[in-house]
Amino acid sequence: MNESLDEMYRDIILDHYRSPRGKKPLEKTDIASEGHNPSCGDEIDVELQVDDDTVKDVHVNCHGCAISVASGSMLAEIVKGKTLAEAFRIAELVKKILKGEETEIPEDLGDLDALKGVRQFPVRIKCALLSWVTLMEGLKDYKSGQRGGKSSVSTDDDKD
Amino acid sequence: MASKTTQNGTSLRSGPTSLMVDIVKADFPLLDQTIHGHKLVYLDNAASSQKPRVVINALLDYYRKTNANIHRGLHTLAERATDSYERTRDHVARFVGGVDREEIIFTSGTTESINLVAASWGEENIHEGDEIVITEMEHHANLVPWVILAQKKKAVLKHIPITICGHLDLSQIDDIITPKTKLLALTHMSNVLGTINPVEELAAKAHQHGAVVLADVAQSMPHMPVDIPSLGVDFCAFSAHKMLGPTGVGILYGKRELLDKMPPYKMGGEMIREVRFDHITWAELPFKFEGGTPNVADVVAFDAALTYLEELGMQNVRNHEERLTGYAFERLSELKDLEIQGPRETGQRGGAISFTDPNIHPHDISTFLDSRGIAIRAGHHCAQPLMRVLGKVATARASLYIYNDEADVDQLVEALIEMRRYFGV
Repeated sequence: MNESLDEMYRDIILDHYRSPRGKKPLEKTDIASEGHNPSCGDEIDVELQVDDDTVKDVHVNCHGCAISVASGSMLAEIVKGKTLAEAFRIAELVKKILKGEETEIPEDLGDLDALKGVRQFPVRIKCALLSWVTLMEGLKDYKSGQRGGKSSVSTDDDKD
Repeated sequence: MASKTTQNGTSLRSGPTSLMVDIVKADFPLLDQTIHGHKLVYLDNAASSQKPRVVINALLDYYRKTNANIHRGLHTLAERATDSYERTRDHVARFVGGVDREEIIFTSGTTESINLVAASWGEENIHEGDEIVITEMEHHANLVPWVILAQKKKAVLKHIPITICGHLDLSQIDDIITPKTKLLALTHMSNVLGTINPVEELAAKAHQHGAVVLADVAQSMPHMPVDIPSLGVDFCAFSAHKMLGPTGVGILYGKRELLDKMPPYKMGGEMIREVRFDHITWAELPFKFEGGTPNVADVVAFDAALTYLEELGMQNVRNHEERLTGYAFERLSELKDLEIQGPRETGQRGGAISFTDPNIHPHDISTFLDSRGIAIRAGHHCAQPLMRVLGKVATARASLYIYNDEADVDQLVEALIEMRRYFGV
């Protein structure tokens, strides 16, 4: 009777929620972006330490529901060690997964599979997206040469 | 059949001081269902109430037997529809404490009622440097129109702050309501904190300075006896759907001397007396403000909701909710560190109970409770400035009504206990 609930709050999600990764502040911050979800008030800071176009370390600080916190924690785990281009591609993939446009998930991104359950709760998709759109905003600004500032994004801006 | 049910209602559904909830509950067909395998417990009444069978039947009956456009027709159905529609206006005028029928205007909801005042009265009466006073606990419906009006007119928007206990802080009130005040717009009962505000006292103070007073009674009118003449305000706004009526019907009460001077708000049919290409005269009250075909069917069905509430007795409704709120506080206190917003004295508040868990986000609370058949609301409750004052991004809110009982509160508390185990935080 509570299958869909357990489908959304899978063990992996609850584990990330209870002990989020990426809590430790960075030694050096190269990309900083903040995102918020006006409909529920969730707020997130995503910071990357970059070395040679590769993400050396990630710091995520999220005030929000279990889904947004867990999604941010997964981001911290997955993006670390990836190139900036890879990180951007993964974020795009997560958007597609959450919007039901993509179902195949590469093996090394296994935890992301847990986010699929959120699709049954349309109002919560934005929560799962928050950290990833925030990351993308930071990466976009960094790539276009806007560095040193803080990028900012709202899930309400995400119209696609 | 409907009238027979209601005639029996007075003795059946309410005891000497309170309600017979089991009998009341049986009048609401929607409540008799399971959600995710659990008995539905509906605790989102501050957002919208459920509808008793008599209201649903009235709506069906209207479309089956009466439907026609009102006021202009010269056939039997049009006369019947007009009579039914206007009968509800008379009923509302009695229900709110005995005001003139011309002072009752039907709108689409509380939001439109307040927008009407802002657009019509506000446009003509608020000027540069004037002061509009609101409170920190307003719903966006009684906030956004005044923010926009103040910006447009270069007027000053001031607010009455709240105390840590969730009451209005009146310690500096003489600095807030001053001779410059042109309008005081405040809620009678907070949709987040439940607080009942001293509208009479503040209206008297504002009137001393010649200001006009608008009370948002959307949360109080469904839950307690509200007598507009004794509130002493100039405008009152509320919605039918929060008090057993259909959605899409709002009421604006306005003092006749103010309404008479105000320009119409919607231009079109119905609100005119004579139209020439170069000259138009407005219809008399209340039609001046009801341009276009109104929401006839829902207004007609609202009449049955008012009858239902009258037969319960609004004081009985209030007594029931006050007692149940006390019971909910007692049971919720079993959950360590659960933070409840707003006053604790049940005599000074309604049955909207906002709470937060130190470790679980309100949206997760709401999703979990839904899986246990319990409907509550989570979010900012259209009161973002208040949320900032409370230091919360959102709260969970359980709000009570006539068909809720101790068993509903028990189901809520047990689900919250289970939720804490589930999330393991």
